[in-house]
Amino acid sequence: MQHRNPSLRVSFLHKRKGNPFTEGSRELFDLAGQGRIDVFFLGGAQIDGDACINLVRADGRRFPGSFGSAFMYPVVARTILFREEHSRRVLVPKVEFVSARGDPAALLTGSALFSWQKDKRRFRLESVHERRDIRPDTGFDFDAPPQAPVTAPPSAEELQLLRGPVAAAIAADYPDFAKRVWGIN
Amino acid sequence: MSGPSSPPLAGPAALAALVPDGALLALPPDYSMPAMAVVRELVRKKSRDLRLLGVPVLGLCADLLIGAGCVAEVESSAVSLGEAGLAPRFTEAAEKGEIVVRDATCPAVHTALQATEKGVPFMPLRGVLGSDLMKVRADWRESANPFSPENDPILLVPAIAPDIALFHARWADEAGNVWVGRRRELATIAHAAKRTFVTFEESRPGDMLEDELLAPGVICATYVTAVARAQRGAWPLGMPGVYDIDDAHLAVYAKAAKTREGFQRYIEEFVDAFVCTPEKSSSRASSRA
Repeated sequence: MQHRNPSLRVSFLHKRKGNPFTEGSRELFDLAGQGRIDVFFLGGAQIDGDACINLVRADGRRFPGSFGSAFMYPVVARTILFREEHSRRVLVPKVEFVSARGDPAALLTGSALFSWQKDKRRFRLESVHERRDIRPDTGFDFDAPPQAPVTAPPSAEELQLLRGPVAAAIAADYPDFAKRVWGIN
Repeated sequence: MSGPSSPPLAGPAALAALVPDGALLALPPDYSMPAMAVVRELVRKKSRDLRLLGVPVLGLCADLLIGAGCVAEVESSAVSLGEAGLAPRFTEAAEKGEIVVRDATCPAVHTALQATEKGVPFMPLRGVLGSDLMKVRADWRESANPFSPENDPILLVPAIAPDIALFHARWADEAGNVWVGRRRELATIAHAAKRTFVTFEESRPGDMLEDELLAPGVICATYVTAVARAQRGAWPLGMPGVYDIDDAHLAVYAKAAKTREGFQRYIEEFVDAFVCTPEKSSSRASSRA
């Protein structure tokens, strides 16, 4: 994306070299508080049909904690929820603990893309990555068109970017992830 | 501003000796130079009932202290080993109710420390009000913005003054200043804590505040109670520009600490047998990595 739009700035809070923040980790939150962070990506151990996320506990199991989510989600203009696993374990009717609540721009999983209908407070299925019924794997109710379209696959140019410069940039800070996804060190 | 400074203490153990049981100990995240050599000494001296404050999150240092039974309470926005996964000793202790966990969110911790920096009793913060954190944090208050004509609810968090701030620095100089570069959350902790203990990688002659290029990364001696040299004192975590996080060792720890027995074996090998003089910690660290 940065190759197409040079004004886009991606800020890694945990960047090991060349970290953009010189006032410590509070600077990210101060920027967000001023409305200067445009888009924030947020995952959840559980995500529910009210677009709440849980990073604290479920079924007697303890997770790491809410991090900055309780602040970032409602404060940043566009939060995109994501989770690779698309299952009833993750996508639940009601989260056990609301780490953060907000109005997301979208929810993207490994199987589908949802938009958020703020007025109805309900997700709407926009597309599926492979043609199949995802309702049995989704623990919350959502609106859907009669037949959801298949998500457009990435173009050759996008794939080249992902596997080239994006992979290299990610590998510097998330070496295990880069190794697993792209097989690079 | 800086007066005559005390010479460095003998080593990390001498700093650990100054941490009383039950202290509220503010610690940085794994990416921001925890004083791991002192953490190992706290385990060795069998510290008890420590209350940890994650600024704003915690990792390996907290997991080691919790696993070793040194901790009564943790206030943090999260405890995890990052890419190495869950912090196994924290997770088990929290699930079994062996420690009190006070869940927070990152900017609330920063804001509470900034209140202490300014000497005010509380500070407001946006967001958070829709979170269940409001149910578990009786000390956080929803209030009305007194300057707004419209209804504008806002969170107030009380100031936090840690008993002790503990972290590692690149340099300490003859004037008692320490240099932490861009890791300014360490300055926030030092400003807010009653006492600040710092290990350092190398000594530097003179006064770093007289150097315009170094001064912005300095924490002034005014805030520093005591320092001690610990070469590779952040290992197995990193010191930016000097050594990287030892990801391989973190993976070894994450695997070992999945069980109490594995954790105990890790402690025997890397804490009990790990005599932390500057020279030995350096050679041992690299040979074990």
